[in-house]
Amino acid sequence: MSARLTPTITQDTAFFWEGLKTERLLIQRCDGCESLRHPPRPMCPQCRSLEWGTIEATGHGTVISYVIPRHPPLPFFDDEYIVALVELDEGVRLVTNLVDVSPAQATMGMRVVVRFEHFDNDLVLPLFAAESIS
Amino acid sequence: MSDRTLSGKSSIAGIGQTEFSKDSGRSELQLACEAVHAAIIDAGLTPSDVDGLVTFTMDTSEEMEVARNVGMSEISMFSRVHYGGGAAAGTVLQAAMAVATGVADAVVCYRAFNERSGNRFGNMTGRITTLPPWLSWYAPYGLMTPASWVALHAHRYMERYGVTNADFAPIAIVDRANAATNPGAWFYERPITFEEHQQSRWIIEPVLRLLDCCQESDGGVAVLITSTERARDLPNPPAVIAAASQGATFDSEMMTSYYRDDLTGLPEMGLVGNRLWAQSGLTPSDMSTAFLYDHFTPFVLMQLEELGFCGRGEAKDWATVERLSLTGDLPINTSGGLLGEAYIHGMNGITECVRQIRGTACNQLGDVVHALVTSGTGVPTSGLILSKL
Repeated sequence: MSARLTPTITQDTAFFWEGLKTERLLIQRCDGCESLRHPPRPMCPQCRSLEWGTIEATGHGTVISYVIPRHPPLPFFDDEYIVALVELDEGVRLVTNLVDVSPAQATMGMRVVVRFEHFDNDLVLPLFAAESIS
Repeated sequence: MSDRTLSGKSSIAGIGQTEFSKDSGRSELQLACEAVHAAIIDAGLTPSDVDGLVTFTMDTSEEMEVARNVGMSEISMFSRVHYGGGAAAGTVLQAAMAVATGVADAVVCYRAFNERSGNRFGNMTGRITTLPPWLSWYAPYGLMTPASWVALHAHRYMERYGVTNADFAPIAIVDRANAATNPGAWFYERPITFEEHQQSRWIIEPVLRLLDCCQESDGGVAVLITSTERARDLPNPPAVIAAASQGATFDSEMMTSYYRDDLTGLPEMGLVGNRLWAQSGLTPSDMSTAFLYDHFTPFVLMQLEELGFCGRGEAKDWATVERLSLTGDLPINTSGGLLGEAYIHGMNGITECVRQIRGTACNQLGDVVHALVTSGTGVPTSGLILSKL
């Protein structure tokens, strides 16, 4: 009943989607200069290192932008939904959905925490709920 | 200026287009051929005079298909520009460089599509079977249309500077007023009021209403670039390419550049603007008119700031209907723009500025000496300054 479009996974991004399956939100970290980056990519723009590992994010962050798409209707999105740009406390950003938050409750600067949502198509996405209610 | 400048060496000598519609009833290739041929005729040349072709990477009409249809024989330069509507002025830059260096003598830039009756950019339903990698960070969350990509960026700008959706209305009102007196515009004789803008339905709340979003169109546009020296002797007054630049900056994505420290600007357009002013030796106040790419109204305000027409955060107060109208200090989008005339991926902004310089526009301004044209924003982009000879 509940599915989402399946992301295309590449050699550069597989760790992220694999981590989600065990409810871990992983961020790529450069072995050379320890800077974090997202979305994942093969080379560090700060030091050009091709060596990298991951850290597990705490899952806490702040909404720095959000929108409520009204048109056109999309597959998998029957109900009202909010798309947010969240800056994790570690400093990187990701696009996500807010859950259990109404459009009237959404604000810039809102504190949020990750909630791993499992979908039918063997997909886990890191969605975010308000910190205060989780 | 040093010899290493592009400024002034080439000119747009011919413009061509099809009608703009919602259902052209013919192939994209045919639209391309019609527009390209019209540009060659307008320049007073023949197909065998053309030795260069440039289009968008998104265009479906291959250069050699266009050449064999129009009857061109020897093509010494062909090139394509990436990033959707950001390519428009970039095609002219490629052509101008080829002409200035003697690589080609006459280059035609074209863009033709059935974006309304065929492959609509905002319609992802049933179209995507495998997501491209970059879209995999957005589509699973329902961020799948150009309007939504732009809105998530623009909302940050609105928050920073206290801008509301009502502040975008002047752009739509001016565009539609200009379209209302352009018989070739889709919205001919259909101007809008502030109230109509504010009552139009949300597309992406709380950023974009229906009347903030450009239309979708079928059609083709082409321009022919040759040396200014040669253009002087051709039938129509040349629109001299005083400056041309593309622009991409750090951490760009295709409409989803959400990872930069500051999300309240369009740094690609800032770069283009700086290059255009430096190359031409002109300033914003020298512009007789501007065609500012208007796929979505918030990015028109942000462009005014990036290009230096006003300061950061000032566009909401600066961009009044009075100032941007045909009788104002900076008339914009005099054909009606992408909102009012047609969405031909920004190429129709270039042809409109050529007509203004020639003195043949339907909404002709007084003496137009310099015209600024910008291309798609929120993506790696481009811009031009066209000048009277």
